[in-house]
Amino acid sequence: MKTIIQLDTIEKQFAGSVVVPPFSLSIEEGEFLTLLGPSGCGKTTLLRMIAGFEEPTSGEIYLEGKPLSQVPPYKRDMNMVFQQYALFPHMTVEQNILFGLKMKKVNGAEQQQRLEEVLQYVQLSELRKRTPKQLSGGQQQRVAIARAIINNPKVLLLDEPLGALDYQLRKSLQLELKNLQKNLGITFIYVTHDQEEAMAMSDRIAVMNKGRIEQIASPAEIYNRPQTMFVATFIGENNIFQEEGACTAVRPEKLKLYPRDVESEKHKKTGRITDVVFLGNLRKIYIRLDGTEMSVLAHQYANEGYDWQVDHQVAIGWSQTDEVVLSC
Amino acid sequence: MKKRSNALSGFSWLMIIFLYLPIAVLILYSFNESRINAVWSGFTWKWYISLFENRQVMQALSNSLSIGLISSVLATVLGTAASLAIKHYSLRWQNIINGLIYLPIVIPEIMLGLALLILFSQFQVDLGKATLIMAHTTFSIPFVMVIISARLADMGKDLEEASQDLGATPWQTLRYVILPLIMPGIVAGFLMSFTLSLDDFIISFFVAGPNSTTLPLYIYGLVKRGVSPEVNALSTLLITSTVLLVIIAELFRRKDSKTIPY
Amino acid sequence: MKTKRIKLLALPTLVWMGALFVLPMILMLALSFMERGTYGQVVYQFTIDNYIRIFDPLYGLIFWDTLVVAVLTTVFSILCGYPLAYYISRLEKSKQQIWLLLVMIPFWINFLVRSYAWVIILRSQGVVNTILQSLGLIDEPLTLLYNSGSVLVGMVYTLLPFMVLPIYVSLEQMDYRKLEAAYDLGATPWKAFWHVTLPMTKTGVVTGSILVFVSSIGMFVVPDVMGGAKSALIGNVIQNQFLSARDWPFGSALSIVLMLLSLLLILLYFKATQAGGAKEGSA
Repeated sequence: MKTIIQLDTIEKQFAGSVVVPPFSLSIEEGEFLTLLGPSGCGKTTLLRMIAGFEEPTSGEIYLEGKPLSQVPPYKRDMNMVFQQYALFPHMTVEQNILFGLKMKKVNGAEQQQRLEEVLQYVQLSELRKRTPKQLSGGQQQRVAIARAIINNPKVLLLDEPLGALDYQLRKSLQLELKNLQKNLGITFIYVTHDQEEAMAMSDRIAVMNKGRIEQIASPAEIYNRPQTMFVATFIGENNIFQEEGACTAVRPEKLKLYPRDVESEKHKKTGRITDVVFLGNLRKIYIRLDGTEMSVLAHQYANEGYDWQVDHQVAIGWSQTDEVVLSC
Repeated sequence: MKKRSNALSGFSWLMIIFLYLPIAVLILYSFNESRINAVWSGFTWKWYISLFENRQVMQALSNSLSIGLISSVLATVLGTAASLAIKHYSLRWQNIINGLIYLPIVIPEIMLGLALLILFSQFQVDLGKATLIMAHTTFSIPFVMVIISARLADMGKDLEEASQDLGATPWQTLRYVILPLIMPGIVAGFLMSFTLSLDDFIISFFVAGPNSTTLPLYIYGLVKRGVSPEVNALSTLLITSTVLLVIIAELFRRKDSKTIPY
Repeated sequence: MKTKRIKLLALPTLVWMGALFVLPMILMLALSFMERGTYGQVVYQFTIDNYIRIFDPLYGLIFWDTLVVAVLTTVFSILCGYPLAYYISRLEKSKQQIWLLLVMIPFWINFLVRSYAWVIILRSQGVVNTILQSLGLIDEPLTLLYNSGSVLVGMVYTLLPFMVLPIYVSLEQMDYRKLEAAYDLGATPWKAFWHVTLPMTKTGVVTGSILVFVSSIGMFVVPDVMGGAKSALIGNVIQNQFLSARDWPFGSALSIVLMLLSLLLILLYFKATQAGGAKEGSA
């Protein structure tokens, strides 16, 4: 694999306070990398530094080995899909999509040919004469993507592109975007705060917190082998057991519940059920551990196990291999 | 509760009558046959006709229009250019420039008139149309900048960044994205400047020369001599054109940036 | 590098405003420290006499009159403007737009024409006197014009929109839930208004007052057209120094004092609203 973007000890300060502390990162050609984190974690700032809208306070960004610090945004060979799409309201769909080629003075015949290709691709051919105001949110989003990919960028930057859409539409567009990326073979750098979205689409996820990249790995590894306390608690639900200076994280679905009267060496904790939440395919069972103020959460799938009720006394067990040891 | 709100609405209508009654009376008496104003003696257009036959009035009108046109073009160009450039300056400079822009709006008008009079006399510039144009441009620039800056702020930086991201140089972005989007603001700024110039009395009073009398100055001359139907007619014309211009400007200013026809 | 060139776009405007706003102001300041020659010419000799002369009882009295008129204008504008703004803010949105336009329009018609309109109504052969006489209520025309009262009417009339708009804005931004909470806690409408609505719209009242006050102390058109010789305000004195008395240095000194007074008020206003805003934020 070839590195397409290299961040070399990038740092960003705003008015003297550090927003993104120095770090380095390599992004591979053709990969779908997601920057995931809560709002204000610096993920958008990082994306905007790559696009050229923010200047890193120190460090250098390389695109295919060439430093970018002296390259203004309009000369960088990458394109961005903005959060609110930023479609030009005074232009039609067609004019919006052709904007990049026009500015670069690509010849007319090629403009038309690429326009047709892209319109086909995003299925907007019939809406080409409309203005953005006359389009639905999902359609506007397609225009934003079409407007970017018509330029054949080396990297596509996406800043929460699905954030403004409703849940159902978001789900279907996630798959579409993933397929688009596979077919075009363009590197995607995708910013989101939605972990499900990140899990569903990414080759690699960089989990960010307070400007720092906490962990960068495949979705499965992020979920199963979190390296920091933040990742363990931010991604999915988790139970954290603190013992003798070390913390152990165990996912709720890995917890096994047993009736109290059966003695077994598998039982690691005991407690009383305080709440049972029914979610269709799943029940969430909250248990107060004996002799502590701590609650743990266990997931139980609908077709398995015992019909647990509130106030049942239970024993809890899990397999050693499902434990993730973290520093507290 | 009901009684109170009736009293409130009654008072409010009274205030609107207070605001409009004098203007209505002025307009009404511009159509009064009699020269002795207070007695209504029949409808006539004759005062308007006599205005159009009065060479001095026509001269003042032509002065007002030419000064208004030139000063508002200048103010619109200068104000628009400065509004576009201002955000590229450091915050410190932006504050200084903004101070410079807003100060003329907040200080009493008479100050600017007098200060300009001093300037022109120190540099021995003859008072006339040129000094009026300079003065009117100066007080219009801040208004243009206020309108255009508001529109630029409304537009946000997304569209500008999107344009750059798609490969447009700053000049191309200006030409193809920013200017078309702020055009209604530019038109509103121009109309506003024109109105301010057409309507200005206080500043013009100090910087006009004997051969550059504008309509408000001419009206002032007549007012000092007393009430007459000609003044009523001339004032009515000034009121009508001012109000029309302001309403048109306001319509442009309010035009939603998301629905500009292109 | 390209953005540097865009910065240059502001240059002509800066030069223009420098030459035709900043420079004239500096010249006025300089002139206020110079002497007047026998024939009204300016003598380039440093003096502070012009500022000392402002404390002459004659001018002191006019300054005092100006302040009194400005205060009264402000008070009457609040009394007339607040109920109007309150009424507008409680109307439906579409009606609000129309009423605001109604308040705005006179504001755009110039002071001169609006003052003159009052002359038609108030002069001795004017509309009011004619009606009263024809009804037989009076024999002799009343002197309604050319006194302090008529100046006050004219000032409130011309400056009222300045008061209505800011108050309207603050009423619009008011959090009505707080008012509902007050009703909920058993406050009578008057108590709720006095203890909740009025304090929450203080910023609007202060903004409007500053606008009206600053405009009234610099006003010379209204007293010129509607007032007599006795109701001259400081604006008229300044005008007179420049045009008839030809004492430009003294006129400049008066102007500088007037301007400082205005700027001081505006500064106090910013201080007050910032402090008020901070208090509101923490509450």
